[in-house]
Amino acid sequence: MKTSLLSFTATLALVAATAQAEEVRVYNWSDYIDEALLEKFESETGLKLIYDVFDSNEVLETKMLAGGSGYDVVVPSGTFLQRQITAGAFQKLDPAKLPNSGNLWDVIADRTEAYDPDNAYSINYMWGTTGLGVNEPKVKELLGEDAPVTSWNLIFDPANAEKLAECGIHILDAPAEIIPAALNYLGLNPDSHDPKDIARAEEVLLPIRPFIQKFHSSEYINALANGDICVAVGWSGDVLQARDRAAEAENGVEVSYYAPDEGALMWFDQMAIPVDAPNPDGAHVFLNFIMDAQNMADASNYVYYANGNLASQPLLEEDVIGDPAIYPDAAAMASTYTTTPYPARVQRTVTRLWTKIKSGV
Amino acid sequence: MRRLALIALPYIWLLALFLVPFLIVLKISLSDLALARPPYVPQWNFGDGWDALKAFFGSLDLENFVFLSEDDLYWRAYISSLKIALISTLITLLVGFPMAYGIARSPEEWRPTLLMLIILPFWTSFLIRVYAWMGILSKEGLLNQFLLWLGLIGEPLTILNTNTAVYIAIVYTYLPFMILPIYAALDRLDDSLLEAAEDLGCSRIQAFWLITVPLARNGVIAGCFLVFIPAIGEVIIPSLMGGSGTLMIGKVLWEEFFSNRDWPVASAVAIILLLILIIPIILFQRNEQNQREAER
Repeated sequence: MKTSLLSFTATLALVAATAQAEEVRVYNWSDYIDEALLEKFESETGLKLIYDVFDSNEVLETKMLAGGSGYDVVVPSGTFLQRQITAGAFQKLDPAKLPNSGNLWDVIADRTEAYDPDNAYSINYMWGTTGLGVNEPKVKELLGEDAPVTSWNLIFDPANAEKLAECGIHILDAPAEIIPAALNYLGLNPDSHDPKDIARAEEVLLPIRPFIQKFHSSEYINALANGDICVAVGWSGDVLQARDRAAEAENGVEVSYYAPDEGALMWFDQMAIPVDAPNPDGAHVFLNFIMDAQNMADASNYVYYANGNLASQPLLEEDVIGDPAIYPDAAAMASTYTTTPYPARVQRTVTRLWTKIKSGV
Repeated sequence: MRRLALIALPYIWLLALFLVPFLIVLKISLSDLALARPPYVPQWNFGDGWDALKAFFGSLDLENFVFLSEDDLYWRAYISSLKIALISTLITLLVGFPMAYGIARSPEEWRPTLLMLIILPFWTSFLIRVYAWMGILSKEGLLNQFLLWLGLIGEPLTILNTNTAVYIAIVYTYLPFMILPIYAALDRLDDSLLEAAEDLGCSRIQAFWLITVPLARNGVIAGCFLVFIPAIGEVIIPSLMGGSGTLMIGKVLWEEFFSNRDWPVASAVAIILLLILIIPIILFQRNEQNQREAER
């Protein structure tokens, strides 16, 4: 009797311990996964998934640098990942726990090594470009049939921006992406860290400031889809989601995405495990689940972003793998550029410039 | 012993909930930005001993405060926040006083219901209420549609993403904080004072200014503080409803903290904001105390 009671208590303690370890907390970008995958993860692995979302790298970074975020998997973009690795925010991945990593696409893995050498801390989730979301019929109504919809001229030329202000322009509230775009437009190195170069972005952005309705990183999806605005500088897949929402609503709004002819920023969203993650084992289970070819294909088919998973490509729908806005051809890939993180002092110049562009002060 | 505990309690409260957080923020404001976790140096742990502590204090400096004084963005943001908070407090008072007066003068059996109506919005999340206002004020929103339908305007008004929207939201959000203390003051008002004033030849308007307003004074002051202090540091309302030109110190602080991950400068901004708020309040209270003593 005594022994059975003891073993009973031991079982109880074990159950309690495992119950506590069975939660995996994931912090990902908003509108960035097929929710059906979350249920699939829970039923396949028996782990309880707590899934929260954010819409800016800055918010995530503050949580990572403060520590104790309580998340097991987070999804920073390349430059932010690099800085947070330097700050000691992440733990190295355990390859033994990630059998699906053979599915990864070396083309993308090679590029992400710039941020995470040997990809020791992260796996690629999705990647894309930053470009122009255009409500083409409306833009052509205002600017004429030969409107430069595939060029930064569409909004960086003040004459065009002024006309388009009537129907609304949104720009991402992401200085680390818009300032490089302005530098690239001026023919400067988009990844310049020279404060003198960065100051020149003002020449492009200040004159169009009065014509920008809002600097925001997620509202433009609905605004484009509803026809409230006619141009947004946004992320490829988000614009394509807006396109599909408009098509579903049959509201007569037509949205297209263009990676600008001058070259577009290519970015990578990487999944990583915080150094103080409460359940690193569960985090590895989640990463391995995500790297499954079918799961990754489902995610891309749903959010219209390209992924870094080669094995998933045969499983992608034709309107994803066949769309050059999502999977650019080799020539378009070659014209993209990447950026590296700003050092702290330069970061201050960048944010100050951004405040000036947003508020005029 | 019990008396001592009673006296000590408020001080412990003040120490734990005000002074300690203040000192932590002050310490960060004197530190330097670093790429680390947390993102500033120097760090000091209890186990490090005296020399480490000395070195720690040696490396603190006022650099961040100097930086704030060199860039006019911060002063403009402080001034602009003060202005927005002052104007909103004034509007809230103008709207809130008559409402509080109306409730206090209404028949006894109505008052609980009326007060309930004032408190009712708190049952809904603040964010949801702000989003509701965004729906009302947007270009295709209820207000514009209503005005267009009435034929009062030919084109939809741009209200959302301007300072006007910020004023509307602040007044709406903080109105109960103005009404409740004024109501509490007016509710205690002895009616016989007004009757006496009228008996002595005061008109009703004179009696209102000579009796009601002075007796409601403390409620008005409490209400104004309750609106002004949170309004000045407001961050959610200006970022959701303000335009890109809405400059408020809460937003600037947010940018320093999140976009620049510059905790030291963000802390310096917060310290100055605190000083801007606390010094006038202390001066005001001292003045009040002097007046009370003079009256005695």
